[in-house]
Amino acid sequence: MEKILEVQDLHVRFTTYGGTVQAVRGVDFHIHKGETLAIVGESGCGKSVTSNAIMRLIPNPPGKITKGKVLFKGQDLTKLTEKKMRSIRGVDISMIFQDPMTALNPTLTIGTQLVEGLKQHRKVSDSIAMKKALEMMQLVGIPNPEERMKQYPHQFSGGMRQRIVIAIALICEPELLIADEPTTALDVTIQAQILELFEKIQEVTGVSIILITHDLGVVAKIADRIAVMYAGKIIETGTKREIFYQPQHPYTQGLLNSVPRLDTKGKLQPINGTPPDLFSPPLGCPFTSRCPLAMEVCNKVYPDSTRLSDSHAVDCWLQDERAKKLLATMVTNKR
Amino acid sequence: MLRYILKRLLIMILTLWIIITLTFVLMTSIPGSPFTSDQTSNETVQQNLEKHYNLDKPKYMQYLLYLKSIVTLDFGPSIKQPNQTVNDLLGRGFPISFELGIVTVIVAVISGITLGVLAALRHNGIIDYLAMGIAVLGISIPNFILATLLIQKLAVDWEIFPVATWASPMHMVLPVLALATGPMAIIARLTRSTMLEVLTQDYIKMARAKGLAPWKIIIKHALRNALMPVITIMGTLLAGILTGTFVIEQIFAIPGMGKYFVESINHRDYPVIMGTTVFYSAFLIIMLFLVDIAYGFVDPRIKVTKKEGE
Repeated sequence: MEKILEVQDLHVRFTTYGGTVQAVRGVDFHIHKGETLAIVGESGCGKSVTSNAIMRLIPNPPGKITKGKVLFKGQDLTKLTEKKMRSIRGVDISMIFQDPMTALNPTLTIGTQLVEGLKQHRKVSDSIAMKKALEMMQLVGIPNPEERMKQYPHQFSGGMRQRIVIAIALICEPELLIADEPTTALDVTIQAQILELFEKIQEVTGVSIILITHDLGVVAKIADRIAVMYAGKIIETGTKREIFYQPQHPYTQGLLNSVPRLDTKGKLQPINGTPPDLFSPPLGCPFTSRCPLAMEVCNKVYPDSTRLSDSHAVDCWLQDERAKKLLATMVTNKR
Repeated sequence: MLRYILKRLLIMILTLWIIITLTFVLMTSIPGSPFTSDQTSNETVQQNLEKHYNLDKPKYMQYLLYLKSIVTLDFGPSIKQPNQTVNDLLGRGFPISFELGIVTVIVAVISGITLGVLAALRHNGIIDYLAMGIAVLGISIPNFILATLLIQKLAVDWEIFPVATWASPMHMVLPVLALATGPMAIIARLTRSTMLEVLTQDYIKMARAKGLAPWKIIIKHALRNALMPVITIMGTLLAGILTGTFVIEQIFAIPGMGKYFVESINHRDYPVIMGTTVFYSAFLIIMLFLVDIAYGFVDPRIKVTKKEGE
């Protein structure tokens, strides 16, 4: 399968008065054509920064991509001029933001906001732009699109606004859609509708989707592959099946255990502690201080990536041959 | 919409009536009369004069007579300039003050918004500091100081512009500069702060994610949302500047209506005091009304009228 986007060793830093925040510290992942990749992790782990870095939307200063490549169809986006980058934003790669209540400009009509990207990039006539806009509104399921085009964002509900935001993102038929927590600000019932819409859109347009979320329910519903992010690094990647049924990293296991389930009784198991301060991230594995299986080596050296299958990879010292023996003795001791 | 305008008109008339009454009460409760300073006149002459201007009648009669004349838009005669009515004075002074004022407002708004936007775009950069430095100077230097400085340098020393009076567009430059600097500074600071806030909004990021050109994002998406506070101060600013300013008109010897506000009080020229106050108030009230209408055009979330059926 063709890789549409490949991120290699991406580093992003923010310089603040308090010091330098290493928000993203060497992230590698890729996404194939027509695939949905979910990037999962808790708040502040660098998910949104990663997605903004791909679009080069990180405010500079204070933010800066210090290292790494973002290859979109072989072209390194980090090297492009701002002007060239503008011709990619909204056309080849589009983005959907978390809060539909604030993502639309309150002073412009929905129609204007829909067609403006199209008019900027495709130089089409008003009537063709309008026709395309109507088509998009129908695709995302807005009733009475002709009438609704003339209305303003405050006349729409949250779910409807998110549909509009999706329509805006898709109007130039991009090949990659980055959705940054697209359902977080919505009611649960609306969430399900929006997720179904994503599936439908992917079927119709064949767009690849990078889904940034902390909601494992969302991931379970629509992701093909999952990348688990922690403290600015991707610690485990795999297909949905591999991550949900054979999670290898203790953090991934902890994440899955902290999701409420219908079939288990008793208390939820949270992951104790807090993520490390990214002003001065630890040398070793950042999860060490919270990890129930931490070893001495974890604190000192970051583990190499271990490939478990074509799609499944994990950064954890427990994958080391020597650790496996240790683990076995630990388990027997417990008994 | 029509119902709203009618309702507002009614409120405006009521407001104006309250202002007239208050001004009348305050004015007549100041001791003395328009003729106390006249050394030449004797007792009989004064009594005759008071009779002529209805000042011998009881206060409430004077008030009612005044209300009656105001309804017919007749502000009465000036006491100190006996051959002229207040309408004459305002009719002559206002067009000049208005001309000076409108040019000033245009200059202040355009330069203020430009400075504010530039400062916000280069937040914490050299342009920002420079623009805000100019703004602070503009707010803190009184316009009469600036006016005399401008006259000394540009008119007397370098002889680029005429010193004073009101004749040609060249005569306009210095008073407009002196008058516009303060409002420009206020507008620049307002625009900068709201612009900074708007630029962090999600819809600006979304506009960038659409791949729009930067100038388009600023003008179409940011500026319109940032202009609300500027519109808010426009009402009072317009009324204040368009009806003339005492100091600047005095310095540049401009025959506007600004001087009547001050002179009439010094001279106890009752009809002129009332005339200028009522005129200014009416003007201010109308400007504030226009500002309210303008909100609706700039921000669709603000509706001046309810929809039918609501």
